[in-house]
Amino acid sequence: MSENATALQARALARLETIWDNEQLEAWRVEYIGRKGAVNALFEQISALPHTERGAFGKTANELKLALEAAFNAKIGAIKQIELSKALEAEPLDVTLPGRRPSRGHIHPTIQTLQEIYKIFGEMGFQVYRTRQVETDIMNFQLLNIPPFHPARDNWSTFYVAGSDEKVLLRTHTSPGQIRAMRAAYPNPVRAILPGLCYRYEQVSARYEIQFNQVEGIVVGHNITFGNLKGTLTEFARRMFGERPVRFYGDHFPFTEPSAQMDVRCIICEGRGTDALCKYTGWLEILGSGMVHPQVLRNGGYDPNEWSGFAFGMGPERIAMLKHGITDIRNFWNNDLRFLEQF
Amino acid sequence: MKVPVSWLQDFVDLTLPIPELAEKLTFAGLEVEDIEYIGVPPASNEQDANAKGLVWARDKIFVAQLIEALPHPNADRLKIVRVAYGASAPAEMVTGAPNINVGDSGQKVVLALEGSRLYDGHKEGRVFMTLKKSKIRGVESAAMVCSEKELGLSEEHEGIIILPDDAPVGTPLADYWGDVVLTVKINPNFARAQSVLGVAREVAALTGQRVRLPQTWDTQERGAPETAFVNIEIADARLCPRFAALLIRGVKIKPSPQWLQQRLLRAGMRPINNVVDITNYVMLGYGKPLHAFDYDALIARANGGVPKILVRPARAGEQMQTLDGQLRSFHAHDILVTDARGPVGIGGIMGGSETEVSDATQNVLLESAIFDFISIRRTTAEQKLPSEAATRFGRGIPASQNIAPARVAAALMRDLADGTIEPTLADNYPLPQTTPTIDVTRRDVKRILGIELTLAEMEQLLRALDFAVTAPHADTLRVTPPDYRADVEGTADVLEELVRLYGFEKIPSVLMADALPPLEGNAALEQEQTARAILIEMGLQEIVTYAFTQPAHEARLAPNERAEKIFPLPQRAYVSIENPISAERSALRQTLLPNLLDIAASNLRHTKRVALFEIGSVFLTRHAGETQVGDLPEDASLPLEPRRLALLLTGPRALPTWQTTDVAPFDFYDLKGILEELGAGLHLDELNFAARAHPMLHPGRAAEMRIGAESVGVFGELHPLTREKWALPAQAVLVGEFDLEKILAHTDARFIIQPISRYPAVVQDIALWVDESIEGARVEQLIRQTGGALLRDARLFDVYRGAPLPVGKKSLAYTLTFQALDHVLSDADAGKARDKIVNRLTREIGAELRRSGAG
Ligand SMILES: [Zn+2]
Repeated sequence: MSENATALQARALARLETIWDNEQLEAWRVEYIGRKGAVNALFEQISALPHTERGAFGKTANELKLALEAAFNAKIGAIKQIELSKALEAEPLDVTLPGRRPSRGHIHPTIQTLQEIYKIFGEMGFQVYRTRQVETDIMNFQLLNIPPFHPARDNWSTFYVAGSDEKVLLRTHTSPGQIRAMRAAYPNPVRAILPGLCYRYEQVSARYEIQFNQVEGIVVGHNITFGNLKGTLTEFARRMFGERPVRFYGDHFPFTEPSAQMDVRCIICEGRGTDALCKYTGWLEILGSGMVHPQVLRNGGYDPNEWSGFAFGMGPERIAMLKHGITDIRNFWNNDLRFLEQF
Repeated sequence: MKVPVSWLQDFVDLTLPIPELAEKLTFAGLEVEDIEYIGVPPASNEQDANAKGLVWARDKIFVAQLIEALPHPNADRLKIVRVAYGASAPAEMVTGAPNINVGDSGQKVVLALEGSRLYDGHKEGRVFMTLKKSKIRGVESAAMVCSEKELGLSEEHEGIIILPDDAPVGTPLADYWGDVVLTVKINPNFARAQSVLGVAREVAALTGQRVRLPQTWDTQERGAPETAFVNIEIADARLCPRFAALLIRGVKIKPSPQWLQQRLLRAGMRPINNVVDITNYVMLGYGKPLHAFDYDALIARANGGVPKILVRPARAGEQMQTLDGQLRSFHAHDILVTDARGPVGIGGIMGGSETEVSDATQNVLLESAIFDFISIRRTTAEQKLPSEAATRFGRGIPASQNIAPARVAAALMRDLADGTIEPTLADNYPLPQTTPTIDVTRRDVKRILGIELTLAEMEQLLRALDFAVTAPHADTLRVTPPDYRADVEGTADVLEELVRLYGFEKIPSVLMADALPPLEGNAALEQEQTARAILIEMGLQEIVTYAFTQPAHEARLAPNERAEKIFPLPQRAYVSIENPISAERSALRQTLLPNLLDIAASNLRHTKRVALFEIGSVFLTRHAGETQVGDLPEDASLPLEPRRLALLLTGPRALPTWQTTDVAPFDFYDLKGILEELGAGLHLDELNFAARAHPMLHPGRAAEMRIGAESVGVFGELHPLTREKWALPAQAVLVGEFDLEKILAHTDARFIIQPISRYPAVVQDIALWVDESIEGARVEQLIRQTGGALLRDARLFDVYRGAPLPVGKKSLAYTLTFQALDHVLSDADAGKARDKIVNRLTREIGAELRRSGAG
């Protein structure tokens, strides 16, 4: 009988070797270790044996049962492993096909630049103060040391509003905001940036638009010097354009004195002067600035003998043009999605 | 302004290479915008970028002299010329120049030898060529006598250049005639630099040199108003602080000499005749515009007597023909130069035609005067007569600078026009120039510039700029600007001069150490940024458009003229532009939508899907008593500038891809969903919507967005007739415009969140039949009210019309989620809550429960 058990084990295991799917495995289980399978049939033979042989036979049969069950369990694992491998290999994706892209909107590039400017100056303690676009001649010019017919007016071609008693105009710069910010803040110190749309009567071209944004900045305090102007604006340039040299040189605005232009080293040619962006100078004009003129301080409510301040103005469109290689300012107002969606 | 360096060198020695000098000037506020090299090589570091024009080779192009001109054996028009140029043998060549005749000799010409690089005289524009040996009608020719065009001096190619008689033969042309021309931008505060002399003064100050002035230069000279040849009267000294005249007799009007013409051309002015050229030359060189009268014409007008000049404001309706041939009328603010018969010139702007210098003029009365610069500017603008003279007068010329330049001009008329100068100066000077005295302290320098300068350092800087300086106290300088400057009025001006010369680059950059002002933030701006971010997240593209519009364009929003003018249709008088750039941009917008429609239309030419929004101001003429944030008292009549939000959707929800995507067209509920989500993102608790007919919107597809009971804007599908006016494709265009300030006023940064229950929820679906007239919002409102605290959510998941429902009924199906915060809700309790809801719906709106079950 022991030979029988041995033969059965050999036969069962040999059969199991060839099985690689769950269906045949189940058939094998039923045939050998199922309730009516061969192993149980062997156990049923025990009662027919003499008592002396029963112990040894039972032991052998039990070992056979355990061996086959272990082989069965191992096979389950092996088949699962193979099926998993097969499943993992089935229907691989062409990962180079385009993905499903959600529709994403984009903030207009001018607004993005404005937000960047707000952030940089915000971290230096500047607050954003928005002021009106339709202004009086007094606010836009006269309180900024630009009386009627003054030569400085040549720099600001102006749109006037029809039918107003006193001269009303579309602000030509954000500078009238200096007066408004000072009057709103007095007697506290001022540290504000004034963003917004400005308008100039220009022939529209790749460089000039009749409408554009500006960001004015104004600081008024008890100890504000030209050195602070340089320090603050140099820091702004570093944050906006990265570590690169800046330079300040003489300029003129009727409402600041002394006045200076700030350039940063050209981001294309790095100062070699080999490209049109910097007009072959190696430098890019970024902003105009200066110490607030004593009369303008007075017009804002501050005594120039006790207070001093600096102001500056820059064009976010120009900054965006420099940063992104945009050559035509009209792009900002055409709102072509093919342009806007790149930001 | 163009400044030939050769001219600049009359006044100052140049100690720096041109590019360095240009940079120094730029840094000091006198921006050199361009450097043009004429015949000479540019400084090497600019070669690749900026080299324009021709370099006259020193070993090939020379000043030469004609030895003889012989006839060409085979052509009548051509000549064979032999020229000397300092070499052992003369050069011989063929020329067709019409200004060289057979038999001529002695003229100074420009010779170019074989291998010279020139411009091709026979080609349009500037085309380079290299001179080669060739046979011209059988005669060998290896060199050339050059025209201006061939040398890049002008487009002139009719004849060759004839140089002045004193041109040194054999000198390389580059040394004799080469030049560098600086284009300098003159800011309004640099009125003093509007001349070659003015720039030279700046150069001198920046390089430690002194300027050279003509020997006759005397800014103290005074004369009398009444002389033997003219009497001068001034009606209003403020309008004309000084008027002077010199008489030059016996002038011969002829072309100016070459050198003078050359200087004018290089400075950008056309030569006319010697007398006119001299006045222009002095204006460009010394910054003082002059006017030359035909003295005999003035005498004739005075009936042979001594001319009496009266400078006065124009009388109403007064007229004069100016020398450009136009008959002009004047206003009381125009300054006229008149005599007994009436006006003979507009002060500082243009002379009259009757007294102008002509070829027959023999005696010249040379006017040099100072006029009120504001009046000059006003008249220039009104008469549309911009000129070099008006620009200089319009920036102000100090009265002390009136006589010396006129003396220079008179001397030139003597030398170049054979005139005789009447020594007497006629000069009426009723309003002498005032010279300010300004104190500047070391503390001022420290306080404003942030640097420590000693008095000696300050003094040295200011003396370089010709300031007179004394030191009345230990820490104070008392300074007087030079008489040629009228722009220095106060301490700030002196500080500007100090820092210009000291060097902006030497001031240390220092971050601010002052205490920060109180920080307030800008809530309106921040909320706007939040709204923008939410809209971007939902796939809308932000645009920014023109504030300008045309009223007719905005009127197109309404399908017809009878339409009721309700928000956002324009309701007020336009803020219109007095000087619009075009009819399309003649007023300021009252609504954002027309721009969105324009932008959608232009983009639909290349894409199908458009989803846009704009946040911007509109401009509303203010009604009495209306106010807005930030108003100052004086703003009471300025327009309101409220912020608006407008949205537009059209085309497919997504563009088709290789996968299945929802490409169904945007409809009303897409826009509404965006608004709901915007409301959720801004925590507008009381946001609600209601049907609201609007002329620009499709009937039945129009709604109003409200917060509580307040309407904040309208939206819906664009009316097909309006859509057609924008030539948009026949598909739904969803639009909305909102009062952004009203919306943002309700945002709540401190919103309270709902607690989350740890206990299981019971989900039940109900389907209800209701009358078509019952609005979904009403049903949902009743469900939520009745469900109370146990009802966590009610979600509409189906709307159905048609069989088996009778006509006039619709089926609404909701998933109701019941959940308690503090215990496990039993199915029975949830069932009770549901029944309560159904009963209320049945009672109040006649709803019929058709189906219910576990969700
Ligand atoms: Zn560059």
